[in-house]
Amino acid sequence: MSRRRADRDRNFPREEHPGDSYYGRPIINPPVWEEREIAGYLFTGGLAGASSILAAGADLTGRPTLARGSRAMATGAIGISLLALVKDLGRPERFLNMLRVFKPTSPMSVGVWILAAYSPLAAGAAASDFSGRMPRAGRAAGLGAAGLGSAVATYTAALISNTAVPAWHEGRGELPFLFAGSAASAAAGWGLVVAPLSENKPAVRMAIIGAAVELGAERLMERHLGMIAETLHDGRAGRCLRLAKALTAAGATSAGLLARRNRLGAIAAGAALLTGSALTRFGIFEAGMTSARDPKYTVEPQRARSERSAPSRVE
Amino acid sequence: MTDEPLNVLMRGGDPATESGYGDHPERVGFFTDTSICIGCKACEVACKEWNEVPDDLVGWAGSSHDNSEGLGADRWRHVAFIEQRLPLGTRASNFKRDGGDFRWLMESDVCKHCTHAACLDACPTGAIFRTEFGTVVVQPDICNGCGYCVPACPYGVLDKREDDGRIFKCTLCYDRLGEGQEPACAKACPTDSIQFGPLEELRERAGDRVRELHERGVGEARLYGEDPDDGVGGAGAFFLLLDEPEVYGLPPDPVVTTRSLPGTWKRVGIAAGALLAGAAACFAGPGRR
Repeated sequence: MSRRRADRDRNFPREEHPGDSYYGRPIINPPVWEEREIAGYLFTGGLAGASSILAAGADLTGRPTLARGSRAMATGAIGISLLALVKDLGRPERFLNMLRVFKPTSPMSVGVWILAAYSPLAAGAAASDFSGRMPRAGRAAGLGAAGLGSAVATYTAALISNTAVPAWHEGRGELPFLFAGSAASAAAGWGLVVAPLSENKPAVRMAIIGAAVELGAERLMERHLGMIAETLHDGRAGRCLRLAKALTAAGATSAGLLARRNRLGAIAAGAALLTGSALTRFGIFEAGMTSARDPKYTVEPQRARSERSAPSRVE
Repeated sequence: MTDEPLNVLMRGGDPATESGYGDHPERVGFFTDTSICIGCKACEVACKEWNEVPDDLVGWAGSSHDNSEGLGADRWRHVAFIEQRLPLGTRASNFKRDGGDFRWLMESDVCKHCTHAACLDACPTGAIFRTEFGTVVVQPDICNGCGYCVPACPYGVLDKREDDGRIFKCTLCYDRLGEGQEPACAKACPTDSIQFGPLEELRERAGDRVRELHERGVGEARLYGEDPDDGVGGAGAFFLLLDEPEVYGLPPDPVVTTRSLPGTWKRVGIAAGALLAGAAACFAGPGRR
C-alpha cells in the first residue's frame, strides 16, 4: 500500500474553485488514529472502568456471580484496550516512552498513568476472585479498580475533546457525561448478561440510569453544537448514532420491564445495551472525523466567533 | 475562562524563559509577506534538501500550480496558489483571463511555532519541546507516533509519516540556528517574502509594511498571527495576507485547545464522581434481591 496521503481514507472533497476554503482541503489535519483501535478503545475502556465499579458494589453487597463476571469483563476489556492503544502507535515498540513524563496538559499522558495504575488492580481483583487466593487483597484491589475505573471511563472525553476537531472540542461540556452514561449502560448490560435474576437488580438500575444520562447528554450536545451537529446526524456517524440510541433505549426499557423476571430477557437487554454503547462511541468518533475533514466546520464557527467579539472590526 | 491555565506559558511572557531557559537567545521566527511571493517554491525545495524531507508528490490541487496540497509530515513549507477574478493590485494590468480581471495569490505556509503550542501541550512523551529560541521542535528519537499532536494543532501542521510511523514538522532549522545560520527556506527565498529574524523586530517590520501597502491603496493587506493576544498567544511564524485566512487554508480564529482543558478536567471529575455516586445508589436499599 502506498504511503501517499491521497490513498488513505483522509481524502477531502476537491473543488475546482477556492471560495471559503483552499480547494476544499481540511484546515486541520484529521486524526491519524485507526477507527477500530481508537473508537473501539473508547468503548472497551468505558466498559472496563464501569465494570470495575459494578463489580466492587456487587462484591460489597454479596452478589458473587455479578462481581466475578464484571471483574472478568473489566480485565478482558482493559487488556484489549491496552493492545489496541499500543497497536495504534506509529512506533509500537516505543510505547514505554509514554511513561517518560507526566503532563496534566496532555489528557493522553494523564490517561496512560491512570491505565498504568488501574490495569494491575483490575487484573488482580479478577485473579484473586477466580483463584480464591488472597481474598482481602483482591477486595482491596477491586475497590481501587472501582475508584480508578471512574477515571478510566471518563477521561477519554477529555482525550478527544482536547483537540481542534470541531465536533469533539465543541462537545467538551457534554462528552464526559455522555461517556460516563455510555460506560455505565455497557457495564450494566454485561452485568445483565452474566448475573442470575437473584443478583441483577443493581445492574437493572444502572442500565436505566446510564442509558438516560447517555441519551440526555447526547441530546444536549446535539443542541449545543450548532451547525457542527450535522456531523452527528449525517452519513455513517448519523446511522451509527441513530441505531445506538434505539438500542440503548430499547435495552434500558426491556431491562426495566423484563430483566428482573426473565433470564433471556435480561440477556437480550444486556446485549442491546452493549451494542448501543459501542455504536455510540463509533458514531462520536466518526462524527469527529467528518467535522475535521470538511473545512466549513472549522471555518464557520470561528468566523462567527470572531465576528461576535469584534463586530466593527476594520481591516 | 477564569480557570488557572495548566500551561505556564498562558500566564504570559517569553516562551523560552517560561520553559525554564535561564540565559537564552532572542525569540526568532518568520514573517512571510505574501504580497511579494512569486510562487517559485524555492522554499519548498530548500527545506526538503536541507532537512532531507522525503519526496511526496501527490498530484495537482485544484486547477492551479499547487502540487503539494498542504503542510504535512513530508511538507514543512507549502506554497499555496489561489486564483481569483479580482483586479491585480492597484496597477492597470493586461493580465486577463476570459476577458476579465484575474489575480494570483501565493503564500508560503509553515509551522506557526505558537507561543501557546497545542502540539507541545498534547505530546504525552515529551518528544515535542520548546527550544532556547522559542521555537517548537519534535525529537524523532523520542516520538512514538501516538498521533495526539496531529488533531491538536489548529493549523493542520503536524502529520504522521506513514511508512515511518512518527510525526514530523518544521523545526525552524534548529540545527542551522545553532550555527548562527538562517533557516533554509528564508535563505533560498529570492524576493524576501520569507523573512527570518528576532520576532519583535519582524513584528515592527510587518507593521510598517502593512501601513505602506494601505497607503498605496492595497486595503486588503492584513497581518495574520502577529497579535500576542490571539488564541495561540501570537505565532512565531506570522503572515501578511491579501485575503481572508480561510482562502489560504488558514483558520480564521484559531484557539489553542489547552485553553479550555482546565474546564474540561473539571467536567471529567464531576462525571467520574457522578458515575461512582450513581453506581452506589444502584446498590442502595434493603435486601439483596
